[in-house]
Amino acid sequence: MFFMAERSFAQEVQELRLGAGEEFRGEGILAVTKGLLQCGVAYVGGYQGAPISHLMDVLGDAHEILEELDVYFENSASEATAAAMLAASVHYPLRGAVTFKSTVGTNVASDALANLASGGVLGGALIIIGEDYGEGSSIMQERSHAFAMKSQMWLLDPRPNLTAIVNFVEKGFELSEASSTPVMLELRLRSCHLHGSFTAKDNIKPPFTLREAIENPQRDTSRVVLPPASFLHEQEKVKERWPAAVKFIQENQLNEFIAEKDKKVGIILQGGLFNTVNRSLELLGLSDPYGNSQIPLYVLNVTYPIIDQEVLRFCEGKDAVLLVEEGQPDYIEQNLNTILRRAHDSTILHGKDLLPVAGEYTPAAVTRGITAFLRKHLPEDINEAALPAVVLDDDDPRSPFAPRIAPELVQGRAPTFCTGCPERPIFAALKLAEREIGTHIVSADIGCHLFSINGPFNLGATTMGYGLGSASGSAFNAKDTDKRTIAFMGDGGFWHNGLTSGVGNAVFNQNDQLLVIVDNAYSAATGGQDLLSSQADNPLRSTKHSIERAVRGIGVKWSRTMTNTYQVAKMRDLFKEALTTKEKGPKVIIAQSECTLNRERREKPIRAKKIKDGKRVVRERYGVDPETCTGDRSCIRISGCPSLTIGPNPDPMRDDPIATVLDSCVGCGLCGENAQAAALCPSFYSTEIIYNPHRWDKTKLVFRQKYIGFLQKNIEKQRVGIDVA
Amino acid sequence: MTVTESSGPAPTVTRPITMAIMAMGGEGGGVLADWVVKLAEMNGYFAQNTSVAGVAQRTGATVYYVELLPKPTSDHRAQEPILSTMPTPGHVDIVVASELMESGRAIQRGFCTPERTTLIASTNRVYSMPERTAMGDGRIESQEIIEAAKSSAKRFIRADFNKLALDNGSVISASLFGAIAAAQVIPFTREQCEDVIRTGGKGIEASLATFKAGFDAALASERPVVGLTIGTRPPEVKEDGPDPEFERKAIEDPTSLVGPKLQKCAERIFNDFPSQARYMLVEGIRRCAEYQDVRYAEQYLDRVAQIAEFDTTPEGKLTLESARYTALWMTYEDTIRVAFHKTRKVRFDRVKKESRATESEMVQIREFLHPQIEEITDTLPTPLGRWLLNSKPFRWLVYKITNRGIKIQTSSVWGFTVLYLLAKLRPLRRRSLRFGIEQERIDAWLTTVVSLAGSPAGDQELAYQVCLCQQLIKGYGDTHANGLRNFNQIIDYLAQAAKSADPAKRIQELRASALSDETGAALQQALGKFPS
Repeated sequence: MFFMAERSFAQEVQELRLGAGEEFRGEGILAVTKGLLQCGVAYVGGYQGAPISHLMDVLGDAHEILEELDVYFENSASEATAAAMLAASVHYPLRGAVTFKSTVGTNVASDALANLASGGVLGGALIIIGEDYGEGSSIMQERSHAFAMKSQMWLLDPRPNLTAIVNFVEKGFELSEASSTPVMLELRLRSCHLHGSFTAKDNIKPPFTLREAIENPQRDTSRVVLPPASFLHEQEKVKERWPAAVKFIQENQLNEFIAEKDKKVGIILQGGLFNTVNRSLELLGLSDPYGNSQIPLYVLNVTYPIIDQEVLRFCEGKDAVLLVEEGQPDYIEQNLNTILRRAHDSTILHGKDLLPVAGEYTPAAVTRGITAFLRKHLPEDINEAALPAVVLDDDDPRSPFAPRIAPELVQGRAPTFCTGCPERPIFAALKLAEREIGTHIVSADIGCHLFSINGPFNLGATTMGYGLGSASGSAFNAKDTDKRTIAFMGDGGFWHNGLTSGVGNAVFNQNDQLLVIVDNAYSAATGGQDLLSSQADNPLRSTKHSIERAVRGIGVKWSRTMTNTYQVAKMRDLFKEALTTKEKGPKVIIAQSECTLNRERREKPIRAKKIKDGKRVVRERYGVDPETCTGDRSCIRISGCPSLTIGPNPDPMRDDPIATVLDSCVGCGLCGENAQAAALCPSFYSTEIIYNPHRWDKTKLVFRQKYIGFLQKNIEKQRVGIDVA
Repeated sequence: MTVTESSGPAPTVTRPITMAIMAMGGEGGGVLADWVVKLAEMNGYFAQNTSVAGVAQRTGATVYYVELLPKPTSDHRAQEPILSTMPTPGHVDIVVASELMESGRAIQRGFCTPERTTLIASTNRVYSMPERTAMGDGRIESQEIIEAAKSSAKRFIRADFNKLALDNGSVISASLFGAIAAAQVIPFTREQCEDVIRTGGKGIEASLATFKAGFDAALASERPVVGLTIGTRPPEVKEDGPDPEFERKAIEDPTSLVGPKLQKCAERIFNDFPSQARYMLVEGIRRCAEYQDVRYAEQYLDRVAQIAEFDTTPEGKLTLESARYTALWMTYEDTIRVAFHKTRKVRFDRVKKESRATESEMVQIREFLHPQIEEITDTLPTPLGRWLLNSKPFRWLVYKITNRGIKIQTSSVWGFTVLYLLAKLRPLRRRSLRFGIEQERIDAWLTTVVSLAGSPAGDQELAYQVCLCQQLIKGYGDTHANGLRNFNQIIDYLAQAAKSADPAKRIQELRASALSDETGAALQQALGKFPS
């Protein structure tokens, strides 16, 4: 068993070896990695999380190439760890890059980032953030822009194509070094998974290595955040680093002017929105698929800082400009207003007055905004007779949004636990325990286990951040009640910070809560990366560190490890015990079973090979007897497994659909366990299919078939004369 | 072939071909998108493919978006195209939906529009959580989505692409790829598509077979149906309700539907009952005879006859539903019935077929039982059952044995013997504790229905609604107990309901609230809302 990430990039990483002039084809994430290697990066770290999980996975799978190039890579314990790692670039000309999900990861990293940005860097420091905003996002909707502003780090938001992204990896390092400032490279959700191509360059080894740094320690106390240096840093930021950055950005033309003087109006946009804006103009007949816009465009591939001179240059001679800035607050719009006002420039600035104040800038939103802008300031260029359908009013029957289907026919499809997920039985057991001892306050955490908040479990009321499940229940520590609260935390969150922020906190403050640590052996929600407590033998990382030993070590007295979460009745009884025991202080249950997604990925090929080789293999799957299922579906309401669904009722006297098990069943056993623990119904059965049975199996089978066949004839006598012969 | 904007302001400009793939995480949408990209790149096109990742992929709805643009031949445009990372509503050429409700989502989001879109949808359903967890029938009507899709797409290609994939030992991405090839909206040949599949690693043969099945099904889907009524198609989704042939026979000659033992009962159905209820009554006598004996079937007809006598509802719906629910109640789920069905040969054959095991592979069946003490005492003769139910040592013994549930391997000699012997207890059932209780309950309920329907100030509609309340009593163990409790509460409420303006409607509402949640809280609230 070896690094079991959800997706293996073992094949794709070979693209990283491409030399100058060769064409690279692949996903955005892989392109960024290639970009880093072309820049002579010395070290890389990060914490997984969509949309940059694959970046970490690619780096993990590329360890051979990284070793050849003297690049150090680590799976950081948290985003704070990753950001602190950039300290290596403070005193040494080392290029370093870290990556994480944003804004959540940036929140965690912000202490280290603020310190890093205060003292500044010598070697290029690049923070690659996966901006998890808009459709498909799993987090609160905020902008990373604020972090760039508050700590004064430069923010790059390149056009979403591979050439631009790779180019900005390189320019990012150069900008960082030219201005002694860390640089954030923002990758939008879709850019990460963008398939495209670019022309590669040769990889280069870091000119200065980590070994050289270690063997020749340097220190410069003016770079340390300690008074009085910290006061000087603030001055340095605005007096030296800012102007240096502006100079670099202008000289290298990082921002783009397209058709600059062609019209009396223009559009200023974030680089990341370029393709969407171009598509909108295309639909209005004002651009083509190659980006040859007829409307002047000023493309901000650098969204922080805004270059005053460039803004004024673009606005010169224009009646009005439209700013297309996604998300809120409208930081750039405020900035542009200041720039224009200070310069007494009378160009009218439109932005969130014509575009949505909040929410993703989809092609529909942008096309409508641009249309409104042009109608105001350039009506002659709008062909009202041939408007794209998307700008028509919603009540126009030609509009794509005209109601064509009854809303109730399209139900939400929230993410949920996979088929066979070992976390499902934990919540089924808690549901059953609560039937007996009542409901409790449940604090949820970040991870797949958060799906418990949806049906059918409907458990969990808050989620305050990764590893903070326990902490978010800490106020409920009233001494005048016997009732306890329940907190959930994943193994990922536990090692990220939960051990101290949650468990240590509960021990120290004598909190009586029950903490359930869901240990599925991976950081599963982010794609199945290994952790300290993973059970895999990972030659590159130290694993198999027990969670129970860790919590005991920090002072927990009552802890139990359940090594098979599928035993629902046992799990239910354990919950009841933990919620009623006289023992004081936090009660910790470590609910341990391997993520099925990862297990199946590993086991399936092995099983297939065994069957092919003629070895005896037993596969289990579950089923429901349609004759005895009455269609009440109590079983689904404590499971929700995608493979346990409904089907037509074969009983001619009943109409309600019955439960049925799909072929996708992996035979996890929960159906049977639930049926027994909840005393549901006798309709569930498991089928064991024996491939390549032994001779003894076959002998038994022959005997049984004879015996059972004989009795079955007898059973059928009951029905003689009922049916037409 | 390049698609040009026909209604747009710049008709000469080539625009990208756009494709949105609506799928659920882990369902092969990504594989399909990758194939399309590869297809395009192998044949002189630019291609861009994007999707959103993260937790949405854990079985949630996701959209994969692909744009294709021919590479220009003239040099002055040798630049890279600017392709969109998101679909624009109203401007999507092909929508591929791997499931029927997802095609509805494409319509709702404006991706699928009548002016432009070719919709390729798989008609199979992956039920949503609310549909699956509903206490009654929460399924949405597939036919309604199909009707909406017909008027929302320029072309609508549909088939059960999931079944085609399963039948050919592959996954839905392959059959959908076949349908894309057949639709000819993207300018590539069938052979070019097949070549893309051949570049893949595993299961190429199965993928190609599935591709072919998808290709053929897509062509067949758009072929006009020649028949008596031009333009209509055979129903694509099986309608609920009885088989028309069975219903016709039940009306004209019920005796032709039953064996020799039930001939007399069938004659009685023909002579004494309205034609609309006959198919249900035929099912009812068969069910009761199988459950107990012919005498029980006769008793069943006696019971329904009481109601038929007074039934003046339109189309005899009261008799029809009484026929249904009396039979269901009379054949209540007890251990003997379960054992009978679990040991039948038809069941063994079905399980084996379901497991897709070949002749050389062996199949073993294991049951998960959790007999409650009541379920044991229920099947015993009344005095013994009652005595044991109150016996502490017996209760303790049963608890010790069954507390964690019992697993029985029905395919083994001992396991089968146990269930066989249980099934053979059938003759004892008439003398069992539960049998007596259930008969009393059934009679009480029917008396109520009859008194409502038959009294001078009778309310047929109310009688009908009370009759339907039997629907609440189903399942086993706690589920059964909860259902019975809800049923009793509604029956107890009858006197109060009778005073309201529309008693039938009130009972209907109460039944709906009892079906809306498991705990009975909604029913309590509904009962509280209408105090007498």
